[in-house]
Amino acid sequence: MVAVLPLDLKAATVRRRGRHIIGPVTLQVKAGPPTIVLGPNGAGKTTLLQLFHGLVRASSGQVSWAVDMPQADLAQAYVFQTPTLMRRSVQDNIAYPLIVRGVARRAARRQASEAAQSVGLGAHLEAPAHVLSGGERQKLSIARAMITEPQVLFLDEPTTNLDGRSVREIEEMLMAAVARGTKVVMATHDLGQARRLAGDVIFIYNKGIHEHGPASGFLDAPVTPEAAAFLNGDILE
Amino acid sequence: MNDLWEGVAAAFWLVVMLDADLMEITARSLQVTLTAVVIAAALGLPMGAWLAINRFRFRRLTIAVLNALMGLPPVVVGLVVYIMLSRSGPLGVLNLLFTPTAMVIAQVIIVTPLIASIAHQALRDLWADYHDLLISLNTTKGQRIRALIWDARRSLLTATLAGFGRAIGEVGAIMIVGGNIDHLTRVLTTAISLETSQGNFALALGLGFVLIGLAIAANLAIHTLSRTERAGRW
Ligand SMILES: Nc1ncnc2c1ncn2[C@@H]1O[C@H](COP(=O)(O)OP(=O)(O)O)[C@@H](O)[C@H]1O
Ligand SMILES: [Mg+2]
Repeated sequence: MVAVLPLDLKAATVRRRGRHIIGPVTLQVKAGPPTIVLGPNGAGKTTLLQLFHGLVRASSGQVSWAVDMPQADLAQAYVFQTPTLMRRSVQDNIAYPLIVRGVARRAARRQASEAAQSVGLGAHLEAPAHVLSGGERQKLSIARAMITEPQVLFLDEPTTNLDGRSVREIEEMLMAAVARGTKVVMATHDLGQARRLAGDVIFIYNKGIHEHGPASGFLDAPVTPEAAAFLNGDILE
Repeated sequence: MNDLWEGVAAAFWLVVMLDADLMEITARSLQVTLTAVVIAAALGLPMGAWLAINRFRFRRLTIAVLNALMGLPPVVVGLVVYIMLSRSGPLGVLNLLFTPTAMVIAQVIIVTPLIASIAHQALRDLWADYHDLLISLNTTKGQRIRALIWDARRSLLTATLAGFGRAIGEVGAIMIVGGNIDHLTRVLTTAISLETSQGNFALALGLGFVLIGLAIAANLAIHTLSRTERAGRW
C-alpha cells in the first residue's frame, strides 16, 4: 500500500458565496497519532476537514497528497457530524462503500456483518438503519467509513450529544483503528477527548490556524492567549 | 330507473360469469396499460432521478415543462400521435395506426411526465440527504442514480401506480389512435363509451365495474405503500 500522507496545504483559502471562511492555511498532516482540530463554534473546523477531504475546494492555494488524486480519494473516509443513514438495513449501510468499489454483494455483506458485530451492532444487522439510537447511528457511520480500510479517517465531532458510554465505545473504536495504523483527523469540542486521543492539535481561530503543535505542548502550555482562553473555557468571539 | 337496475343486475352477472367479451376487453386494457406503464416507468424514473441530481442551465425550465406536460389533454396527445402515425404522417410507413401499439405509444406520452415528475420530487429530497455521503464515497453518477432509485423504491412504485391509475381510465387518446375496433383495439374505456351510446347499459356497466375495481386496486396499493413508507418499514 502506497502511503498517501503527508497531506500538504499551501496557502489554501476557502470562500463560500463570496465570503472568506478560512485561510490562507499552510500546514502538513503527517502519519502517526490522531490530529485533533479544535476551535470555537463557527471557527471553520468542518470547513477545514472538508477541505482536507476534498468536499470543498480551495478557492486559492493548494491541497495535495503524497499520491495522485484518484489514489488519494480511495484511501480516505469521512464521518459527518450528523450521521447520514441510507434507507437500508444496518448491514447494507455498512456494505455500501464496498459495493461502490465493485466488491460482490455477498462478500460485501459478509464483511459488513463482521464489522457490525465488532462494533456491537450485531443484533441490529437486518434492522432499518434509522431505528438506531444516536450512539448506534454514529457507530454505524464509523463502521461504514472504516469498512474500506482507509489510511486516513476524518471525523467531524463524532461524539457530540452522545452519552458517556457511547463516547467511550466510539473512542475505543478509534483507538483500535489508530493501533492498526489508521490516521485519525478529528474535530471535537470535547477537551477531555482531545487530551485522550490527540497526537497533535490544530487550533482554528480568526479564520486561520492559530496554533498547530504536539498535543501535550498545546493542551498544557498554549503559546497564544486566545488558545489559553479557549482551553480555560472562556468565550472566544 | 328500471332500466338502470336491470342493467346493474345484468352487469353483475356478466362479471360473475366471466363473460367472454368482458374478459377479452379487460385483458386488452391491462395489456395496453401495463405495457405503457412499464415503458413509461423505464423512461420516467431515470429521467426524474437525473433531474434530481444534476444541476444544469435549463433545469428549472425543464422541470416546468415536465409539470406542464403532466397536464397535457389526452385528446390532444391522441391527435398528435394520430397525425404522426397516419398514412401520410412521418411514421406512416410503420402501419401502426389503429393497433394496440399506437395506443401504447399514446399512453406512454401521457404517463411518462407524470411518473418522471413524481419521481423527481421524491428523489430530490432523498438526494439532499445523500449528497455529501455519496460524494464522499466517490460514487459515479450511475451509482448515485441507482442508490437513489433503490432506496426510494416505495415512492417510485407509488409514482408508477399513479401512472397506471391515469392510463387505465384514459379514453380520449386511445379512442383516436386505436379506433375502438372490436377484437383488436377495444379496451374498457372505449367499450364503455360505445356500449353507452348504443344503449347497452348492462355491458357498459359491467365494464365500468371492472374498471372501477382496477382503479380502486391501484389506489389501495398506493395507500398501503405510502402507509408502510411513513411507518418507516421497507
Ligand atoms: N455552505 C456554506 N455557505 C456559506 N457559509 C458557510 C457554509 N458552510 C459554512 N459556512 C460558514 O463558515 C463558517 C465556518 O463554519 P464551520 O466550518 O461549519 O465551523 P465549525 O465546524 O468550526 O463550527 C461559519 O461562519 C459558517 O456560517
Ligand atoms: Mg462543525
